[in-house]
Amino acid sequence: MQQIETTFPKGGVHPPERKELSERSTIEVLPTPEELVIPLIQHFGAPAKPTVVKNDMVVQGDLIGTYETGLCAKVHASASGKVKGVERCLNPLGNKVPAIFLEVDFQKGERDYTPQPWESLEASELLRRVEGAGIVGMGGAGFPTHIKLSPPKEARVDTLILNGAECEPYLTTDQALMREKAREVLEGARIIMRILGVGRCLVGIEENKPDAIGRMIEEASALKGAEEIEVIRLKTKYPQGSEKQLIQALTGRKVPAFGLPFDVGVVVQNVATTYAVYEACVLQKPLFERVVTVSGRAIKRPANLLVKVGTKISHIAQYLGGVTEGLRRIVIGGPMMGFSVPTMDLPVTKTTSGILFLTEEEIDERPHRACIRCGFCLEACPMGLMPNEIGIYVEAGKASDTGEFGVFECFECGSCAYVCPAKRPLVQFIRFAKSKAKR
Amino acid sequence: MEETPETILERKMPLSVSVSPHVRSKESVEKIMWTVVVCLIPPLIWSVYQFGIRSLLLTLISVLSCVATEYVSQKGLKRPITIKDGSAVITGMLLAYTIPPGVPLWTPILGGVVAIYITKQLMGGLGYNIFNPALIGRAFMVATFPVAMTSAWVRPEHYFTSPPPVDAISSATPLYIIKHYGLPALFERYGDLWKVYFDFFFGSMPGCIGETSHFLLILGGLYLLYKGYISWHIPVSMIVTVGLLSWILGGDGLFQGDPIIAVLTGGVILGAFFMATDYVTSPNWATGKIIFGVGAGALTVLIRLKGGYPEGVCYAILLMNPLVPALDNWFRPKRFAPPKGGVK
Repeated sequence: MQQIETTFPKGGVHPPERKELSERSTIEVLPTPEELVIPLIQHFGAPAKPTVVKNDMVVQGDLIGTYETGLCAKVHASASGKVKGVERCLNPLGNKVPAIFLEVDFQKGERDYTPQPWESLEASELLRRVEGAGIVGMGGAGFPTHIKLSPPKEARVDTLILNGAECEPYLTTDQALMREKAREVLEGARIIMRILGVGRCLVGIEENKPDAIGRMIEEASALKGAEEIEVIRLKTKYPQGSEKQLIQALTGRKVPAFGLPFDVGVVVQNVATTYAVYEACVLQKPLFERVVTVSGRAIKRPANLLVKVGTKISHIAQYLGGVTEGLRRIVIGGPMMGFSVPTMDLPVTKTTSGILFLTEEEIDERPHRACIRCGFCLEACPMGLMPNEIGIYVEAGKASDTGEFGVFECFECGSCAYVCPAKRPLVQFIRFAKSKAKR
Repeated sequence: MEETPETILERKMPLSVSVSPHVRSKESVEKIMWTVVVCLIPPLIWSVYQFGIRSLLLTLISVLSCVATEYVSQKGLKRPITIKDGSAVITGMLLAYTIPPGVPLWTPILGGVVAIYITKQLMGGLGYNIFNPALIGRAFMVATFPVAMTSAWVRPEHYFTSPPPVDAISSATPLYIIKHYGLPALFERYGDLWKVYFDFFFGSMPGCIGETSHFLLILGGLYLLYKGYISWHIPVSMIVTVGLLSWILGGDGLFQGDPIIAVLTGGVILGAFFMATDYVTSPNWATGKIIFGVGAGALTVLIRLKGGYPEGVCYAILLMNPLVPALDNWFRPKRFAPPKGGVK
């Protein structure tokens, strides 16, 4: 157990954290709404195939979407009820995706899940349970976890990293989980260590979450056995929660461009995902609910809610007392990398870490102007790229020539656009450049 | 205003949708520019105290000329009017700061037109100009009014120490004295070494309107550094280069020059903190900035020692300006990590 203050060396920014809005609220169970819309694709990969048809009765935790092979994740019913239809719904990215529409039957109630010992189970059985529970990366990308936990044989993974950085402003879901479920999160970490066959686990938490750091250290010290779990305090800096930056901050290793963490012997798991692994392996409970931070100055009562997958944002807003007149933008995820959405008629998915109701003062809608070449974006870029040049090239109609500026190494953290005094939409320019440039 | 839960969905929300990030820093072009303007005000107050109200008048005329030219040319070129962003005000101030306080009052009007219309707006406006507008304005005035621009010095009214004797070169700048009469003449004129250091640091000497009070200019520059609006690379590399080269080459023999006098005369401090650091016409990345600063410093010393003018800061920076795109191309930030198996 040690406490070191460290961070990644290159670039990064310090946006206002605004975690005070929700960081003290304990996780609160949101009552299940009457209707759930559960998308069959909530992950990176192909959509799952529905296993139910209209008018089927399902019980909470039942499999409703599955797949045979490939990059996909299973989908389960978040509540008991009747299938009203298998139709398309809008997802936060603005795409129409297939979804199960469920009419909730409140008579059936919630299913009980009781913990069972897992220590005697084989790694393969634990991995099977992770796959069966439909777990995906809950930090935002939604990569199927069972695939992430099956690195190729030649990769010599020696370290598991628990990502508790939660560097996005506003979001406090991982903080709340680590504070209230520290023991379960660490048990999930031990399960993942068993699956990967590694003996070392580093937990990275930014110093602005002292409550979470305290609880995690307490529980980590109480652990007996061979596993070594180290909680490391990180200097708060965005984008610390990005895999490459977090790995460098904690181990000093650099993941090569276009490479993956296991190229340097590391697997990174988000805290919420790790908690889902605990639930899947110890409780045998599939992933159908998650903690969501609902925050921003335009929501009456900011909170950390335990929400059933498929719950509409409008239901959440109603439960928290509604929105204020000043509402200007709704963001799914964090304010640095999240998606703004035009409507509240959208379901919460496995990757929804936050729903932000932002006022005009919190966002900045000043029009952008020509690049003044201040170079702030070069200082801010954690990948050592030149966002200014990419933007100028795109404006000049030369987007296809931006490969030399490393446009494909950009993971769109938004640090450049955050610092830009000319308010240039650099992430937008970069996305456009990616669509035109040759790899 | 309260809203009932039932109206949440029906409400016509003026929701805005945009690409991330959804939060932006408080910095803006306007805020940076006006901060620079504020940092340039103390040296002007000093100049009024030293050279009289002409300093203020010339500065006001120069600023007005620049702002008016910006407005008219943006109207004419059918571009958005951006006179409120403060950048034309900075150009006007810097233009005035590089001219002697004794020139005719209408002189900076012409300089302002050249600086803003030709150097900035015809190149595409703020962000696209190759050369520093104020310095092109000054270079134009030197070419057009060579006598006024190099001899209209005003003797400072307020010396800290006893007023110097009036003689033939009473209003010549220290750089002129050094160039044509050598360092001993300077000491004869201004007193012993430490008195010279002291007077020159605080600005008791003839010179251009805004370049004399090095103390106040450095204070302003340090504030810009503290705010993160400029980085140390260009000012430090330029000043150190001027000092080093003047020490090595500026005396009768090698290593006989005085680096402190070299730095505290003419426009080195003003140029290093406020002109060579102009975002648009200086490199973006640290390595390029250092080379830019070293180049500007070396050219300054070269012009001072070998050129026709006693001072070289203006032309030194102007000569480095067109190298910026090449410097930005050659010296880029280091990428996070190369791809597996090295760069293709």
